Amino acid sequence: MERRDVVIVGGGPAGLSAALRLSQLGIGSVSVLEREPSAGGIPRHCGHLGFGWQSHRRIWTGPQFAARLRHDVEGLDVRTAHTVLGIDGDRLKVQNTDGVFELAAARILLATGTRETPRAPRFVGGTRPTGVMTTGALQAHVYLHHHKPFSRPVIIGSEWVAFSALLTCRHMGIRPVMMIEARDRISAPWPGGLAAGLLFGVRVRTRTRLVAISGRDQVDAVELECDGRTECISCDGVILSGEFVPEASLLANRPDAMLAGNVHGAVKTSGLCWREGREAAERIARGEA
Amino acid sequence: MAKTFDVAVTGGGVVGLAILRRFAMAGLDCVLLERGNDILSGASKGNSALLHTGFDAPPGSLELACMQAGHAEYLAIRERLNLPLVRSGALVVAWSEAERDRLGAIIDQAHANGVADVRPVNPAELGRMEPNLSPGATGAVLVPGEHIIDPWSAPLAYAHQALAHGAEILRRAEVTGGEFAAGLWTLSSLAGTVRARLVINAAGNFGDRVETILRPSPFTIHPRRGQFVVFDKPAAHLVSAIILPVPTERTKGVVLFRTAFGNLAIGPTAEDVDEREVAATDTQTLNRLRERALAMLPALEGVGVNAVYAGLRPATQFKDYVIEAVVPERWITVAGIRSTGLTAALGIACHVEGLYARHFGELPSPPAPIWTPVPNLTEGLPRPYMQGGEIVCHCEWVTRAEIDAALAGPLAAGGLDGLKRRTRAMMGRCQGFNCAAHVEAIFREAQRGAP
Repeated sequence: MERRDVVIVGGGPAGLSAALRLSQLGIGSVSVLEREPSAGGIPRHCGHLGFGWQSHRRIWTGPQFAARLRHDVEGLDVRTAHTVLGIDGDRLKVQNTDGVFELAAARILLATGTRETPRAPRFVGGTRPTGVMTTGALQAHVYLHHHKPFSRPVIIGSEWVAFSALLTCRHMGIRPVMMIEARDRISAPWPGGLAAGLLFGVRVRTRTRLVAISGRDQVDAVELECDGRTECISCDGVILSGEFVPEASLLANRPDAMLAGNVHGAVKTSGLCWREGREAAERIARGEA
Repeated sequence: MAKTFDVAVTGGGVVGLAILRRFAMAGLDCVLLERGNDILSGASKGNSALLHTGFDAPPGSLELACMQAGHAEYLAIRERLNLPLVRSGALVVAWSEAERDRLGAIIDQAHANGVADVRPVNPAELGRMEPNLSPGATGAVLVPGEHIIDPWSAPLAYAHQALAHGAEILRRAEVTGGEFAAGLWTLSSLAGTVRARLVINAAGNFGDRVETILRPSPFTIHPRRGQFVVFDKPAAHLVSAIILPVPTERTKGVVLFRTAFGNLAIGPTAEDVDEREVAATDTQTLNRLRERALAMLPALEGVGVNAVYAGLRPATQFKDYVIEAVVPERWITVAGIRSTGLTAALGIACHVEGLYARHFGELPSPPAPIWTPVPNLTEGLPRPYMQGGEIVCHCEWVTRAEIDAALAGPLAAGGLDGLKRRTRAMMGRCQGFNCAAHVEAIFREAQRGAP
């Protein structure tokens, strides 16, 4: 069985910066396992500006940032299309195009990122037409596959990522009809409501909750509730933004595994994830747990 | 002149497909008409995926006979069709003194129904069998023969076997009318006219509407909605058996069960609705289901929900199935197959074949059966990713090759829902956050290339 000093699971900003830093610090054999065909993580499909400042003092689009991260680790052992199926002690069970094999690692760093809460666990009522998706899925449709899944969606939530959804919509000529937030103010740490209204012409409604989705094949309306009153809004899609949950299923058998990036804590920008990866590498180099 | 079929089946649910399979394998020329864009797009798409013994079915009922024949035939053919079976057994758990007092009658009924291995379990033994179950159970009944299966691969396998024996399956083929003349049915459908010597109406939630082609329907469908909540995979090891409640007169009640795909689920509710087309969920009911699951299984706290769904079971005003031959008009009605359809389908098909032989003549001597194993999607049998390949859906480890296969051939997925059912892509914890755009792009590409 192949043995490595460090295996990093996840080749996004945190995982790649950890790999880079470990190589700079002269740590022996390090491998990054990335399940997608290309490393770079979520920024790969955030086609708008806003990436790179904390790490490289530049402002790039997500794909440009991802390309730079890949460039930074050229020559290092980054294995794409490698899916970690499970971890048992110091052994990782890994799948790639040839089959399933085991890899042993003295240290394991999980940098598996995060995902938005999809429809099902939100217990939204109604039917199940197409056109209901998270921001992440929308970005992949728009920036990776040049596909326009709807033209008049409602955006649920007002965290940072909801504004990423607005930018993604604008890129594709999609005109959101409304942004709703269940709390009594916008979640994003920014004059977000103002920006949504002024920059995008999208109405923002706070204290408003998504109750149900209707439509047989495609979404045709949403039912909203505000202060005890319900209202139907015509639309052809629903973007469920935010409510991030860590992609932490690999922690099941290694609850003590070292973490970096959005797999733990509150959701962070890609720049902060990059910094956490670097710090994790330094802790590994110092032999800390 | 258009071809004349021996048999036309209306409805591509599990019952219609099992009947199609049985008649095609008997050597008859068969066609099936399904109104949806894919098979299994009605009542059969949302059920609890259990293979029942019939221990609690009404004694002497046709439902019981069909369930037991169906259970036996599933076990007999499943290996040749590569269909999974999780031999979980079931526990009917009483949570009060009043419920415990009814357990004796459940055992008596099970024994009367010929399910001889059903036996009582005291709270101490129950605690050993299911240590994660909430304390407070007052007693239980063990039903060893209740199993967990894959609700979609089984009917898909029946469909493929029917096709291998020469049957035709028409989708987007809602039946809009029909005429019977000179011993021949001419059915009009959205996919064109179909001529057949016999019609078998297995139209599920639309059975009474199709029946009016023949006669004022003697039964009325009152769809009964069932909502379900599916928990993430770490929950599946928390229980071993299917946990059934003590049933009421009206329903078997809400069941806590593992799925063949390695999840844990709770459902169904039983709500009478007017809607036949689409089954909606509602927040309040889903919350209640989750609370019920947590009350039974406190260790479920903190486990994520992967999916929620709802199904519509085609109930009628009658308690038993409505299966009868209308001999002069060469028509067989198969209606009111409620929640037991997945178990009973093969048995129903056998029963319908018997009706045919009795009223419409002997069946030809059957050719040797052709077995059409389906791809396995469940955790109990080997899966393709283990041999390598490109994984597209990372939650359910679905490979590109599986997706391509589901989009090819005479029964290629008719829509994204059908693709999900055939592969489980997008059915995991992220519900498509990571792979939906990719899977849908592959689907669109296949649609463009389709004839």
